[in-house]
Amino acid sequence: MFITSNPFAGLAQFGITPGMMQIFVILAIIAVVAGILLDVAHKKSAKYFFEHTERMKKLATRQLSSSEKTSMLVQVILNEVLTSSEFHNPKRRIAHLLKMYGFIIFVVSSAVLIFFYPTEQYAGFWGLMWRVGAIMLAVGGWWFFTKLRVDVLSEGKKWYKLARADMFIVSLLGVSTFGLLWCFFQGVVGSTALALLFFALFLISAVVLFGGVYWSKFGHMFFKPAAAYQKRILMADGSRENLPPFYKRAEVLDQSTMDLVRDIPADQKFGLCIMKDEPNHY
Amino acid sequence: MPTFVYMTRCDGCGYCVDICPSDIMHIDTTWRRAYNIEPDMCWECYSCVKACPMHAIDVRGYADFCPLGHAVRVHRDEEEGIIAWRIKFRSGRIKDLVAPITTKPWGKYIPDLKQVPAPTKEQRESQLLFNEPKYIRLDDGDLYTLESQGLKMRQGVYY
Ligand code: SF4
Ligand code: SF4
Repeated sequence: MFITSNPFAGLAQFGITPGMMQIFVILAIIAVVAGILLDVAHKKSAKYFFEHTERMKKLATRQLSSSEKTSMLVQVILNEVLTSSEFHNPKRRIAHLLKMYGFIIFVVSSAVLIFFYPTEQYAGFWGLMWRVGAIMLAVGGWWFFTKLRVDVLSEGKKWYKLARADMFIVSLLGVSTFGLLWCFFQGVVGSTALALLFFALFLISAVVLFGGVYWSKFGHMFFKPAAAYQKRILMADGSRENLPPFYKRAEVLDQSTMDLVRDIPADQKFGLCIMKDEPNHY
Repeated sequence: MPTFVYMTRCDGCGYCVDICPSDIMHIDTTWRRAYNIEPDMCWECYSCVKACPMHAIDVRGYADFCPLGHAVRVHRDEEEGIIAWRIKFRSGRIKDLVAPITTKPWGKYIPDLKQVPAPTKEQRESQLLFNEPKYIRLDDGDLYTLESQGLKMRQGVYY
């Protein structure tokens, strides 16, 4: 079955042994860990994070119990981590979920194929998963890259204009798109050269993706949940990062001072919100 | 007080870029997060501060007349249609202000001034503003005040 074939098994003909692939995966893991640590040290993000926590502690109006903190951790995992709830724009949220789950499925199935099925032509479930992951990553990635990226959406730049912030998404697009093309041309008779070309591009993308963590936005996977947890804690302990408390509309409209504007027709008094009015300047 | 962005809170949604009338909120090319490219040119309209769903934009006074320690923070609640501000003074004193959102859809309710009769001589000489805002009764009847309406300011929520 073509859709369950193992793309890595075909590499033997180019002289790439399972051992070499396994070393690549181990080096990639080391590169990611080292990149994150260097990034944290360079940007001093951990230092800022803890300083901010300390500063806000002074404003706290109540102590959180450990069970409250645990429940917040669960909330962060369920909302911000598993369902990307922090995204205000639903399209960005869907694209992010496609990229995130696609990336996880793709990376896990690649590692399984390399370590457990390195020479088997067909790898059943994991061969299929590798394709599912790559397709999800490519669909979410290209959608984000061409339409939803803020540079395109708000800055009015052309989708092909690249900046350093694009390193992460471009390398993700590279591994998924070139990976799928490489896999496809492996199955086409007489396309060895094309398969080799796409494999080379896939490999370069993977090197940039895992080797470029220090320079790319790869680290957000680890920083974002920590920041989301901190934000929830600060909202609950009363410090609220100096934000005002929540009010109910009825409570505000019920103020005696509102009587002063009672003659304004209702539809002219309180309009729709800015977000409900799509920007159309580009 | 011009604005600045806490980059660790920003998620690069671009709402501030869309709304800034001075076009000084831009996206950083290294981290894809917003930043104020030219605080000197900030209108200090706080549109971006209100629009940011992440509360990532803050305002900062010039250090000479507004030393550190104060805060001006806003929460714009789309669901409730409420805008709430918290002003924190350097002494720690806090002032909360809250009001319904009055933003209208773009292009709606443009005053049709052609139809409005010209002000009379009396109106011209009056200290009151002409025509606007008529719903607080500056043109006909008397100005509504708490006193004239027999109302009292309630503790807790201020407008
Ligand atoms: S306060 Fe107004 S002018 Fe200043 S950055 Fe924000 S939106 Fe732009
Ligand atoms: S509105 Fe807020 S979250 Fe969105 S880009 Fe601007 S600062 Fe970042």
